[in-house]
Amino acid sequence: MHMTLNRPAALPLLRWPRSPAWLVPALFLAPAVLMLAVFLLYPLLSSFQLSLLDWNGLGEQGRFIGLGNWLHLLHDPLFWRALGNNAWLALFSIVIQLPLALALAVLLDKAGERSRWLKIIYFLPLLMSSVALGVLAKNLYDPNFGPINLLLQQLHLDGLAHDWLGDPAYALGAVIAVVCWQNVPFYMVLFLAGLASFPEDLSEAATLDGASEWTIFWRIKLPHLRGTVRTAVLLAIIGSLRYFDLVFVMTGGGPEHASELMATYMYRTVFSGFQLGYGSTIASAMFLVVTLIAALALRLSRRFQTEV
Amino acid sequence: MATPLLLQKIRIGRVAIPVLALFWLGVTLLPFVLMVFTSLKSQEDNFASPMWAPPSHLEWGNYLSVLHGSFLLYLRNSVFVIGVALGLTLLFASMAAYALARLRFKGQGSLFGLIVASMIVPLHVTLVPVYLLTRNAGLYDTMFALIGPYVAMSLPVSIFILTEFMRQIPRELEEAARIDGCGPIAVFTRIFLPLSGPGLSTVAIYNGINLWNEFIFAYVLTSSPNHRTLPLAVWDFQSEFAANIPGMMAVVTLTALPLIVAYAFGQEKIVKGMMAGALKG
Repeated sequence: MHMTLNRPAALPLLRWPRSPAWLVPALFLAPAVLMLAVFLLYPLLSSFQLSLLDWNGLGEQGRFIGLGNWLHLLHDPLFWRALGNNAWLALFSIVIQLPLALALAVLLDKAGERSRWLKIIYFLPLLMSSVALGVLAKNLYDPNFGPINLLLQQLHLDGLAHDWLGDPAYALGAVIAVVCWQNVPFYMVLFLAGLASFPEDLSEAATLDGASEWTIFWRIKLPHLRGTVRTAVLLAIIGSLRYFDLVFVMTGGGPEHASELMATYMYRTVFSGFQLGYGSTIASAMFLVVTLIAALALRLSRRFQTEV
Repeated sequence: MATPLLLQKIRIGRVAIPVLALFWLGVTLLPFVLMVFTSLKSQEDNFASPMWAPPSHLEWGNYLSVLHGSFLLYLRNSVFVIGVALGLTLLFASMAAYALARLRFKGQGSLFGLIVASMIVPLHVTLVPVYLLTRNAGLYDTMFALIGPYVAMSLPVSIFILTEFMRQIPRELEEAARIDGCGPIAVFTRIFLPLSGPGLSTVAIYNGINLWNEFIFAYVLTSSPNHRTLPLAVWDFQSEFAANIPGMMAVVTLTALPLIVAYAFGQEKIVKGMMAGALKG
């Protein structure tokens, strides 16, 4: 392929004879840009516009109330509680899922090809739809017939049996456990890909120098995975801030808003409370929070990257 | 003489690793086992025995009654909606990716940046406006209501993956085709589309699984079994037959089955496809 080094100047722009230069790119981009404009960009802007209305969704149009909904939002304890729950979800995702996923990835990486079937099975939860999983989990948590409480009773640990999804003290934790169950394999495969790119001769050299496997892991492999860990944390934060599905299916945000997230609160406000305007305010606020935190996290991780 | 401590650590590793492997295997499989067990029990059997007890006899009737209900209707709707949405996504995304990877125009970099950035948009923000849009367009409770939003939610990640992919296709191939007199459309259909096969299949798998499991847009934009997709079969069944737990588990098993069967045939491809959206996102 050394011919390419001294090839003649590149061909002129690809276009039809006598057509303007912008026409060909415009035609190729048009369908995708149109779809994104109608179903993504317009709804985003429209959400901000709706957030200025007092509207129940019926009739011609709502009443314009300026920033009224936004002022209400700032003093709405339910919104802050929902945001707080999103933060708990993010924290537990990072603290539970990532270490577990890393441990499983190291295990699979070590066992190599022998553990292929293990990896195949570990991945299964990720294929379940959230409704199917949510309905299944609801049955497992059932206070009367569910196997979890039944097992606790048979072990004479009745004190530990709870109405998992019906008790405000346990609902959020119970849902988070299922979210973790489903998402651990995702981060596991992510870390596995990171470990696969680890240069084998590096650990061989370290072994020759007398380092134990333990030391190799903490001193060499983990630092090598730094970038992957950073990606995983970022994905966990963004995913948690916009989370909806399993909470909606399992508790609907209840009981008494104990497991309410921003997205379920938005849904409840619009489709049960018929406050389209205020619901759109919550949605827009959620957009701002996610965008802001994602931008911040990206910038921080980049600074971190250059410092290390 | 640090050996005792070191030995201890290594021993802990020797024991801890298989224990963790087996523990997580159990944690992963147990819900599936309980689901299948319950789906094969009669209602009386289910009340009389704990969920972890195997069924005393196999009650296939649960599955039969689900299949005789509207389950197949939901399945048909899912196949139709996802087929159309995926087809359009692949076409539109590969066209856009070709323009972004190989053509030159003003604002190219910022358009690509904008599309990549839109991958973090929480889709639920668009739910209410899309609902109003659908209602005003007279598409509420039709299968076409879902196609627009599904294509739009799949496009950003698809364009991103395919643009990266098409950038790797050697320029010499394109130049040779142009010297042979191919215009822009022929270069796209004869060179770029056929050479993007692996990229297209990754995009199809990733979006196909996401859309197959998509719940909230389908729930909000449709209302009758005639137009609802598979995840809503579980939802509707749950509110209709709340007391029939074995029947419910049969629905859950049947909805999970298509993907698990597909997974059995191509684990590597599906794992790779499902991770592709995230790895660079």
